[in-house]
Amino acid sequence: MSSEQHATSSWTVWLRNHIKRTVPEGQWLPDRQPAYVRSWIYVFGVATLAAFLFVLASGLALAVGGAAWWHTSRVGHFFNSMHLWSTELFFVFMVIHLWGKFFMAAWRGKRALTWITGAVAFVGSIATAFTGYLSQTNFDSQWISTQAKDGLNSVGVGALFNVLNLGQMLLWHIVLLPLVVGVLVVLHVILVRRHGVVPPFDAQPPEPAALAHTELPETAMQAPTDGADPAQVAR
Amino acid sequence: MSHDGKPARRRRRDQTPDAHRFPTRPYDLVKEFVIAVAVVGVLVAVLAAVFSSPDRKAITLENWANADPNDVVATAAGELAGTTTSAGYGAPYNRASDGQKLGPLPLQRWGSVRIPIDSANDLVIEPLSTVTGDPALTLALRTWHSASPDQQTKWAGNYSDALTATPDGNPSQVKPGDYGPVPVLAARFLTLARTGGLEGLLTSRHTFYATDQTKPLLLLADGAYLEDQARADHLGGDQWGMMNETGNYPGQPWMWLYTFWYQIKPFSTSGNADALVWALMAVLTLGLILLPFIPGLRSLPRHLGVHRLIWRNQTPAQRP
Repeated sequence: MSSEQHATSSWTVWLRNHIKRTVPEGQWLPDRQPAYVRSWIYVFGVATLAAFLFVLASGLALAVGGAAWWHTSRVGHFFNSMHLWSTELFFVFMVIHLWGKFFMAAWRGKRALTWITGAVAFVGSIATAFTGYLSQTNFDSQWISTQAKDGLNSVGVGALFNVLNLGQMLLWHIVLLPLVVGVLVVLHVILVRRHGVVPPFDAQPPEPAALAHTELPETAMQAPTDGADPAQVAR
Repeated sequence: MSHDGKPARRRRRDQTPDAHRFPTRPYDLVKEFVIAVAVVGVLVAVLAAVFSSPDRKAITLENWANADPNDVVATAAGELAGTTTSAGYGAPYNRASDGQKLGPLPLQRWGSVRIPIDSANDLVIEPLSTVTGDPALTLALRTWHSASPDQQTKWAGNYSDALTATPDGNPSQVKPGDYGPVPVLAARFLTLARTGGLEGLLTSRHTFYATDQTKPLLLLADGAYLEDQARADHLGGDQWGMMNETGNYPGQPWMWLYTFWYQIKPFSTSGNADALVWALMAVLTLGLILLPFIPGLRSLPRHLGVHRLIWRNQTPAQRP
C-alpha cells in the first residue's frame, strides 16, 4: 500500500484531519483574541467552568466517604458545604453568562449549536442539582422528593424517574447527569473555540487588502492588528 | 454566489462575519483560566467555611410516632379506608383515579401503574403481619382478612371519621362505634412505628439491600406531620416550596420560574396544576433552547441595546 493510499484509507488520518478541520490547531489554546472582546461579561464563561471544576472535585471527595458520610464527619460536612457553594456560584456565573450571550445574540454567525449546547447544559445542570437535593438523605430530601413526585407523575414519567427512589436518584446525580452535562460542556467549549467569539452587531472585518499591510498572524485564522478598535475597522 | 437564490437568502438571514477575520490583541487563555480557578476556589472555601451547609436530620417513622402519635393513627386508618393521598393517587401507584390531565390528555394515566402500591396492604397490613406474639393483633388481622373489601372500607372510614371528630384526633377519646378491628390495627401500627422497625419492613422485607424509599416516603407524606414541619420552615408549595431549603440558605433559586407558576392563578387553584406547569415549562425550555430559530425573539437583543454596554467602542455609524 502506497503512503497516499494509506492516507486515504486510514481511519486515524481521517480522525486527525476531522479534528483539525473542526478546530484548527491555533484555536485550541489561542494567545490572541478579537479586539472587540473587551468586557467583564466575557469572564463569566470561564468562571462557570472554574466553578464546575469545584463542583466535580467536591462531589468526588463526597463520593469517597459514601452517601451518608457527610452527616457524621466534619470533613465530610465541609466538602458538602463546598459542593453546595460551588454549585450556587456555578449557577450564578452560568446565568450571567447566559444573559450576556442573549444580549449579544451570540447565536449569530453559525453559532446556533453553541447556544443550544449551552442551553441544554443549563437545563441539565438544573436536573443534576435537583437530584443532588434528593440525594442528601435528610429532611430536605424527604420534603423535596415528596413534592416533586407530583410534577413528574402528572406527565407520566414518575416511574421512569422515581424521585422517591434514593438509589436511582443518587446514581443519576453522580453518574448519568454529570456525564451528560460534562459532554455538553466539552462540546460547547469546542464550538466556542471553533467559531470564536461573536462579533458586535453589524461589525465588519477589514478588507484583505488592509490586512496585507499589517503583520501576518501566526495562524491563517488570526488577523494581526493588535489592540485595534473594531470601530476603526468595521465599515 | 449567485443568482440561484439560496445563498442570497442565507446572507440576508445572517451576515455575521467570521470572528477570525477581525483584528486581534494578545490574550492569555491559560492564565485567565488559572486565575479564575484560584479566585473561585477561594470564594468556595470561604463561603463553605463561613456559611457551612444545612443538614436537618431526616424524619424517621419512629420520630413521627413519638412526636405526633395521633397523626400516625389517623394515617393508618386513612390508608385502610383508602382516603389518603397515596391510596387515591392513580398512576404510577394504582388505578384509584385518573390523576392529572393536560387538557383532554390523561398523561398521568398513560404513564400506567409501574410502581404498584396498595396503600392499605403494602403500607399497613403487611408490616403488621410480621409482628408475632400479639394475640389481639393476630385476631384483628384475621378479622380484617375475612371481611369483604366493602366491610373493610366501612370500618376504616367510620374510625377515620370518629378520629376526626375528637379533639386533636386522640384515639382514646373516640366514641364507641362500628370500627371492626381497625382501632387495634391502627394502635399496633403506632406501636410498630415506635419500635423503629417500620422503615425496614417497608423497604427491605423482600431484599437485603434497601435503596428504594418509595413506600416509607409515601406513608410519611400521607400524614400531616411532614407538611407541618415543612410549612414551619417556609417550604410549603404556596411558600415557593421546594425551591427553598431549610434554614437561611439560598436553596435552588434557579428553579424560581418553575416555582413561580404555582403561586399564581390559574395554576394555584387548578387540580391539574402540576401537568399545566410542566407543560408550560417544557414549552418555555424548548423556546430557550431553540431561541436562535424563533423569528422576532432572536432579533430582540439587537433592539434591546444592552449590547452597547458590552461593545462600548462600537460607533453609532456601525449600528443598524
